[in-house]
Amino acid sequence: MPNMSLEKNKMAEQAPDVRNKNFDEVALGYTEEQAIDEAKRCLNCKNKPCVTGCPVQIDIPAFIAEVAEGRFEEAYKIIAKSSSLPAVCGRVCPQETQCESKCVRGIKGEPVAIGRLERYVADRHNAENHTAVEKPVPNGHKAAIIGSGPSSLACAGDLAKMGYDVTIFEALHLAGGVLSYGIPEFRLPKSIVQQEIEGLKALGVKIETNTVVGKTVSIDELMDEEGFESVFIGTGAGLPRFMNIKGENLNGVYSANEFLTRINLMKAYSENASTPINAGDKAVVVGGGNVAMDAARCAKRLGADVTIIYRRTEKELPARAEELEHAKEEGIKFAFLTNPVEITATENGWVKSVICENMRLTEPDERGRAKTVPIEGEFTEIEADCVIMSIGTSPNPLIRSTTKGLDTQKWGGIIADENGLTSRKGVYAGGDAVTGAATVILAMGAGKKAAAAMDEYMRNNM
Amino acid sequence: MFEILEKKSLNPFVTMMKINAPRVAKKAEPGQFIILRTDSEGERIPLTIADYDREKGAVTIMFQIVGATTEKLNHMNVGDCLSDFVGPLGKATETTGLKKVAVVGGGVGCAIAYPVAKKLHEMGVEVHVIAGFRNKELVILEEEFKAASTKLLLMSDDGSAGEKGLVTDALKKLIESGEKYDRVITIGPLIMMKFVCQLTKEYNIPTVASMNPVMIDGTGMCGGCRLTVGGETKFACVDGPEFDGHLIDFDQAMARSASYRTFERKAYEDTCNLFKGVE
Repeated sequence: MPNMSLEKNKMAEQAPDVRNKNFDEVALGYTEEQAIDEAKRCLNCKNKPCVTGCPVQIDIPAFIAEVAEGRFEEAYKIIAKSSSLPAVCGRVCPQETQCESKCVRGIKGEPVAIGRLERYVADRHNAENHTAVEKPVPNGHKAAIIGSGPSSLACAGDLAKMGYDVTIFEALHLAGGVLSYGIPEFRLPKSIVQQEIEGLKALGVKIETNTVVGKTVSIDELMDEEGFESVFIGTGAGLPRFMNIKGENLNGVYSANEFLTRINLMKAYSENASTPINAGDKAVVVGGGNVAMDAARCAKRLGADVTIIYRRTEKELPARAEELEHAKEEGIKFAFLTNPVEITATENGWVKSVICENMRLTEPDERGRAKTVPIEGEFTEIEADCVIMSIGTSPNPLIRSTTKGLDTQKWGGIIADENGLTSRKGVYAGGDAVTGAATVILAMGAGKKAAAAMDEYMRNNM
Repeated sequence: MFEILEKKSLNPFVTMMKINAPRVAKKAEPGQFIILRTDSEGERIPLTIADYDREKGAVTIMFQIVGATTEKLNHMNVGDCLSDFVGPLGKATETTGLKKVAVVGGGVGCAIAYPVAKKLHEMGVEVHVIAGFRNKELVILEEEFKAASTKLLLMSDDGSAGEKGLVTDALKKLIESGEKYDRVITIGPLIMMKFVCQLTKEYNIPTVASMNPVMIDGTGMCGGCRLTVGGETKFACVDGPEFDGHLIDFDQAMARSASYRTFERKAYEDTCNLFKGVE
């Protein structure tokens, strides 16, 4: 008999006024009882609507059925067939717009907490599973992976399991890409990311950090001189955008990338780290995505009073509902319908305030979409000594400018077919480098698809 | 790992190190830089490549002890390993088509100016070097510059080395005496480069200045190294580090370089005290 409760089992969290002063993980995860109880809410629908909402088609009802029976390792095996990073995706996937949005239980009441169950299964596996990984039999062929974010890790993992000699080249000193430098510790503990990376190393994957492909070595050199038969480009979308408004280069103005990198990668919040950070007393974050929420919540933890400036209303905010909720609980303020036009300076060249034009929504057009337009002559000045620009990122030009014959879109994205094949023979690409900024799970899916295509390519070339 | 192969003190504040970094050495060109971390808790600092030996796989850096990280670095010795060393980053100095160049270096900036002068000299370009230092004690690379130029003018603030005066005085004198440069390349303190560029603008001599702002990744990801050049925002790490000196907003660059001054001073003092405690 299924559990007919209309609500999800709640997941324990650190209290808002405690967690907004530390960098420890906010959500604490289910207990075994909670996980089993939640799993019993699944009706095990024959047509599996949830699976259609999953970018990598995890057999969700099947793994949940195992959880309901307390067979957690079996559940893990089912997830692992489709996903390379379950502990990560259980935390950062936007389940509310993917699998959970299709759940029949969500029609009346809340959907099954698929994300929380995935997280529980993955964490339990990681905590319990200490058996040595069997190294696959080498097939004698070499593949290079550029970048070490989610698409690269997924691609590397699949290729390594097939017996390829895989080397990941990472520009920074630490692997993980956006999982390491972008997403904060309190949302995705770095120990989890490193555990996934250690898992890859156990499979035989080599990781060369401090290697900027395009500068230190080129893709052509990797293929012509170092014997890599196929290359996967998973370099993400790491180039920050600015608004090009007056005062944007003042002291105290950061890109969200810089602010988050100082905190997450360089651990600027810790006593021992030698990298400085300055969140000021009053921080303003410009933008409304998940990255803006991350930056705001980091600034709050560093002691600043934080306001998020967003040009539309709360309804249009692109951040996940959960992130918005968490940000509000932690005391982040919001200034909706405001758009920065100038950053003013103190005498010493530091940020003093942000001047915003006030915006309004127009009447919806025939397609039901309202536009946001400035209200002529109406401005709001918000005092600030730190401004964090979080208005998006685009792919880094380093690879495209140094790889001959690699076709790219006008906006910089690498052109690749559905299997990740680029305009260069043997060169594949996936994740944000192809799509522009998207989600961890989509990048991971692209990495897995490319791995299958690279395997076929290399086998035919043998 | 990135082993220190050689270490030499060039003056009481500037140290030269050769680092084992074959991949970097293979690709390095004058004008480019590296980013290093001394240890796993360390910050990432950019330093310009002073020289390289492709065969031995070694990259030479020269650094002035100005903060906590350079102080820590200076306490490392031959045989020690840096935890990270990445490069070569940024664009190489543009050298094609040049016939006569004045290279104007100030202080530790001369360490960066040297490989540029050397390359130009090897290419057969007529190179005049003007190297400025506060005093005799701080002079570095005098012999090297002599070998890499057709004319070397040493300047010092107090006259204890070469002539007394600023590098701009010497440059102005050369220009006034009829030397026709098709480019001036300047590397040194921001304030010095600002005045060099002001001077060459009067004479309409194309000038490039090498910028070394605060940065983290060095690949265009953080935007911390941005500066305004000709009214546009540029990233020193990928668009530079060299820019048209007549278009750089030096005042803004100077303000930005002071972003973390309080923090840096404290970190430096803490580090010095730490080492004092050890010794």
